[in-house]
Amino acid sequence: MSDGFLSIENVAMYFGGLRALDDVSFEVERGAVLGLIGPNGSGKTTLMNVVSGVLKPTYGNVRFGGKRIADVPTYAVCRLGIARTFQVVKPFANLSVRENVAVGAMYGRNGGSRSARASFDHAQELLEIVGLARVADRFASELTVPDRKRLEVAKALALDPEVLLLDEVMAGLNATEVDEALELLRTINRRGTTLIVVEHLMKAIVSISTAIVVLAEGKKIAEGAPAEVLASPRVIEAYLGARYVKRQRQREAGA
Amino acid sequence: MSGVLRVDRLAAGYGDTQVLWDISFDVNPGEIVAIIGSNGAGKSTLLGAISGLVRTWSGSVTYDGRDLTGDHADQVVAAGVVQVPQGRRLFGSMTVEENLLMGAYLRRDKEIRSDLEKLLDLLPRLRERLQYLAGHLSGGEQQQVAIARALMARPKVLLIDEMSLGLAPVMVDQLLEIIKTIHATGVSIVMVEQDVETALEVSGRAYVLETGRFALSGPSSELLDDPKVKKAYLGI
Repeated sequence: MSDGFLSIENVAMYFGGLRALDDVSFEVERGAVLGLIGPNGSGKTTLMNVVSGVLKPTYGNVRFGGKRIADVPTYAVCRLGIARTFQVVKPFANLSVRENVAVGAMYGRNGGSRSARASFDHAQELLEIVGLARVADRFASELTVPDRKRLEVAKALALDPEVLLLDEVMAGLNATEVDEALELLRTINRRGTTLIVVEHLMKAIVSISTAIVVLAEGKKIAEGAPAEVLASPRVIEAYLGARYVKRQRQREAGA
Repeated sequence: MSGVLRVDRLAAGYGDTQVLWDISFDVNPGEIVAIIGSNGAGKSTLLGAISGLVRTWSGSVTYDGRDLTGDHADQVVAAGVVQVPQGRRLFGSMTVEENLLMGAYLRRDKEIRSDLEKLLDLLPRLRERLQYLAGHLSGGEQQQVAIARALMARPKVLLIDEMSLGLAPVMVDQLLEIIKTIHATGVSIVMVEQDVETALEVSGRAYVLETGRFALSGPSSELLDDPKVKKAYLGI
């Protein structure tokens, strides 16, 4: 049942003749971890851009806590409580890791009422949560790939979001690093943040999602509980592929 | 038929930082060899050192008996060893066709057009997209362009860096089919992959790189069952 927390309502996004999103609707419940999957070019990042106010949809609406936000600019959406990470991370390369996070803490939902000192304290606390306290004084440009992804998450968390949109934060991580990233996302979710996770690593999506939405060619083709969605022939054909199904069968046979 | 790519006691790094120590391996004609390992283990540096993009400190790289050590990247390509770089690195504001022709930049023969036609038969999606700007394609399509661009150089050995990165499972399936087709034409392939399961499924032999050294090697089917590999790289 919908609790009216975050609603995507008949969203369409056209770029010239290209229908990047075509009449997409779904609900995200407070406290959920929604896995958003689909082939490359299916509209996942476009949808992230619409929800975070980077793009204004051609048609349709996004409602957050009952309030219509499709026309609200990005900076205001972030202050309403929706933050995001970017697929291609862009930290302030010449600021320290701590300063990068403090920028968000000063700017975000509670930024106006937070002193510089309190912002740096908050940044430090977040760096401890994401596991970057050890490199807090390094330049962001010196970080390894997994640490840059962690910084991207910490920067977004510094905005004190109710909803965090994560765009492929696990791409390029190995199995151990993915497990660590999943543990971090669970911690963030337990602290009360609703997550929308875009990811191609099915192991990660299956392990963390409470619900899954599948996009293909701009349309929603499936939605529901993970096990159900991933068994859908349509999702297998459009996204998972035959090799995934074969591996699953082998795992189940072996288990 | 292609010759043997031989890397012998290779060391390489950046500035004062050594990244690779004592790396030796052969890629025999018609083989698919996978190199797996964590972030920062040196996988991309190894491909760069073979391709002439990263300076080698000591050791040697030879192809078909010819010494490529210290050669510039264009000389390595001319010798038939061609890399598909991580992140595709396409010319985003050029069309797909222009990107593909850039792959044949060093060629002076008259078969460039007919090679392009053959490739487009193999990759019909790219034929549809031929006049699109490469930067406007989806990730999976861009990866096809990157592979096709490398093929336009008529490689004997193809070095592929993180092909599956950021791609949908079904797209990875399609690319693997393409790789198998290329392999069937006699091209040897070296794959560097974060997706260890995929790399071990498609390759004949594999090497595990840990902090700049080979820690483990063997037939891929055996590594797939190796408890250490399972735990560290497959997460099972």
